[in-house]
Amino acid sequence: MSDTHAQSVAFVRDTMLPEQAPPVSEAGVVKWMRENLFPGPVNALLTILAIYFVYKIVAGALPWFWNGVWTTSSLAECREVLNGATGGCFSVLTERWNQLLFGFKYPSEQYWRPLSAFILLVVAVAPVLFFSLPRKMLIFTGLYPFLAYWLIWGGTILAPLFGLIGLVVAFMVFRRVEGRGFATAALAGLVTAVVVWWLGGLLAAALPGALALDPVPSRDMGGFMLNMILGTVCVSLSLPIGILLALGRQSHMPIIKWICVVFIEFIRGVPLITLLFVANVVLSYFFPPETNLDLIIRVIIMITAFASAYIAEVIRGGLAALPRGQYEAADSLGLDYAQSMRLIILPQALKISIPGIVNVAVGLFKDTTLVSVISMFDLVGMIRGPILASTEWNGVYWELWGFAVVTFFVVCYGISQYSQWLERQLQRDHH
Amino acid sequence: MAEQAQMQVSDEVAIAIENMNKWFGSFHVLRDINLTVNQGERIVIAGPSGSGKSTLIRCINALEEHQKGRIVVDGTLLSSDLKNIDKIRSEVGMVFQHFNLFPHLTILENCTLAPIWVRKIPKKEAEETAMHFLEKVKIPEQADKYPGQLSGGQQQRVAIARSLCMRPRIMLFDEPTSALDPEMIKEVLDTMVSLAEEGMTMLCVTHEMGFARQVANRVIFMDQGQIVEQNEPEEFFNNPQSDRTKLFLSQILGH
Repeated sequence: MSDTHAQSVAFVRDTMLPEQAPPVSEAGVVKWMRENLFPGPVNALLTILAIYFVYKIVAGALPWFWNGVWTTSSLAECREVLNGATGGCFSVLTERWNQLLFGFKYPSEQYWRPLSAFILLVVAVAPVLFFSLPRKMLIFTGLYPFLAYWLIWGGTILAPLFGLIGLVVAFMVFRRVEGRGFATAALAGLVTAVVVWWLGGLLAAALPGALALDPVPSRDMGGFMLNMILGTVCVSLSLPIGILLALGRQSHMPIIKWICVVFIEFIRGVPLITLLFVANVVLSYFFPPETNLDLIIRVIIMITAFASAYIAEVIRGGLAALPRGQYEAADSLGLDYAQSMRLIILPQALKISIPGIVNVAVGLFKDTTLVSVISMFDLVGMIRGPILASTEWNGVYWELWGFAVVTFFVVCYGISQYSQWLERQLQRDHH
Repeated sequence: MAEQAQMQVSDEVAIAIENMNKWFGSFHVLRDINLTVNQGERIVIAGPSGSGKSTLIRCINALEEHQKGRIVVDGTLLSSDLKNIDKIRSEVGMVFQHFNLFPHLTILENCTLAPIWVRKIPKKEAEETAMHFLEKVKIPEQADKYPGQLSGGQQQRVAIARSLCMRPRIMLFDEPTSALDPEMIKEVLDTMVSLAEEGMTMLCVTHEMGFARQVANRVIFMDQGQIVEQNEPEEFFNNPQSDRTKLFLSQILGH
């Protein structure tokens, strides 16, 4: 740009400017502290106040943890050891550890069974949660429910085995008859399954000792194990049922649509605790008099129904958020309803719904503690009942409830972190 | 060009629409449409917005349901029978104004999905076909990206490739360039021109009159749900008959 052009408006850049590093005051710890902790007098004051409160809380809580007693066998003994000093009686946790985990009636020599079921649960769930794991692991995931049932409830392996065979055979029949229409195939599959289960039931009753573990009745399940059973079973059942309900609610077939609408609206309009009381007392009236449906199954039905109604609404939101063009593109390529739902619509709708679904799942998991009101001894039921009522530990509140809080927090926070990771994994734009 | 195009048209009827009527609620969107499209014909449908041109081509693959009259596509009668609808849809490709690619699938997966699931073609073969068509629309290097990472013009070309992977006998274009930045319109039109030169049966709803002049062998003008005028492009543009057509052409060609 020489002087000859000083008056001219024309401008041509002949070299592009290189990128430069920001000034020093715009980077590093100093900048962070100035921006986040001391941006002005009011904020500086608040920062100092917050530091003071954090200090007070830590200073008060630390000795309680630090002086904690872990080995005594009763509260009185613990107080003796502490001798007036501040300290937690964590020995209630060590002494009642098994009760907190398994309830007070599960036979102690069989603890390995729910424990191994829990470890296998991790293996079974892993391929569902992490897509990078080999897809063949899903076979084990499919077998797991039957294996876990056998491990936890015991009895002959024939019962869960026939449960599995019934499903597999029914599915094969379904695929074979599928050409003649979905309804016919579904009916044929259902009939097959019932027949196989009935035959299997006869056989299992005839051979109760075949590969049998000591049977443990449902009423002996308790502790955190019960929360885990209810949580896992209900979450894994309510997600597919919720999807079906959401699709049903969008259906063009009025009967299906209204069944779904009535179910969802009814269940959402009723408190879970009422449903649990219904499960406990009323539900058996709906079954033939000689059937004695396990309380745990009745509770599972109710919690699942409750959660799937909520999940259905969350997924309906996801479905509504998809542009109409996605449905039209799938249609215009000739995909049928099932294909377009499975390949195009649901993957996207479910992705949008992840935060909502996780919200329901976390809520459901915490709500499993409500079964303590219908005299089931889950973690909360154990603490409220047998442990706090015992003469040894009457009065140990902080330690026990703190343990329950930490246990549930770890699981729920884990679920929430997983869901955020999953959302990042599924991000498909601008990366 | 027009004469050469004329030669490729066969006598075989691709689409026959007879006395077709459609209502949205009580609004009569399509009135007594009669249209026969031969195999290999390239038809451009023009008209003011709200004239029913999009609705007309959306009726051909049953994205919209017509209430009266007959539509026969490639020998199959379009009725409420789902089997017929799916058959017609797999023979008729459609390109949308807003592309409607599947954002959760890669470009390659977008192109192979329908051939694999509808045509039951082995995955490897479907991928080869997809790459062939992606090369044809000149974006094979984007195959592993996701639609959100592509520009509008690229997305629309992928959408065309996705339709072509089903090896359709008829292609419907619903304002394929209306959502694009001006500098991307040309790349999409070029793709459509080369498709036309290969003899694909095409119905295009578009405002690109240059495209109509270049490749169409018939231009249809619609207004208020009816076909007002149809003619060869030369005649249509140079010697329009109805006043409505004259007004329309003066408005869109006037500047």
